[in-house]
Amino acid sequence: MMFAITTFAVLIALGIALVRAFLGPTVFDRILAVNSVGTKTVLLIAALGFLTGRPDFLDIAIVYALINFIGVVAVLKFVKYGDLASSGSDGDSV
Amino acid sequence: MIATALDILSWILLLAGCGFVLIGAFGIWRLPDFYSRLHPAGLTDTMGAGLILLGLLLQAETAMVAIKLLIIAVFLLFTSPTTGHATARAALAAGLRIWHAPGAANSAPKGKDDQT
Repeated sequence: MMFAITTFAVLIALGIALVRAFLGPTVFDRILAVNSVGTKTVLLIAALGFLTGRPDFLDIAIVYALINFIGVVAVLKFVKYGDLASSGSDGDSV
Repeated sequence: MIATALDILSWILLLAGCGFVLIGAFGIWRLPDFYSRLHPAGLTDTMGAGLILLGLLLQAETAMVAIKLLIIAVFLLFTSPTTGHATARAALAAGLRIWHAPGAANSAPKGKDDQT
């Protein structure tokens, strides 16, 4: 029962974070919102795994957390340097 | 006796975690400026996720489930500050000015990239 409440609350939080993703005036607001959505999805998968009694959901949650991190860093590099291939040539190493 | 104590404790942890996640999401939506929105984003990642994962940890039957939950918690603990820091640096490097309330003492002129 408590897992249903947790899942419902995380779903609502996901919706609110998506609102910021659509509204966000600057691209960094959108990156922030998408990162937050990714973390909430990890919690959602974990809670759903417990709700439906399937412990293998947690593997998906781990992989999702890993990929969410990599994705956010990749988007940040793309926004900063225009493309992912450059080696950060403009001097300051981020 | 132990089972009910564990259930009650995980109830409390899960509800607190959901509270923090909702507060964080509401903060991301309502706060005026990108830099001020970094705080609720971090709040959700650390406190909200931490409490929810801890609440789930108490309900874990097998050790493997508990280990996976700990892996997720430790990984989130390390990566959420990193992404927050990287996002803030990228925004600063892109020249995103910090927004000030119109009435504030050091309020910047109403620039073109007004973000409210």
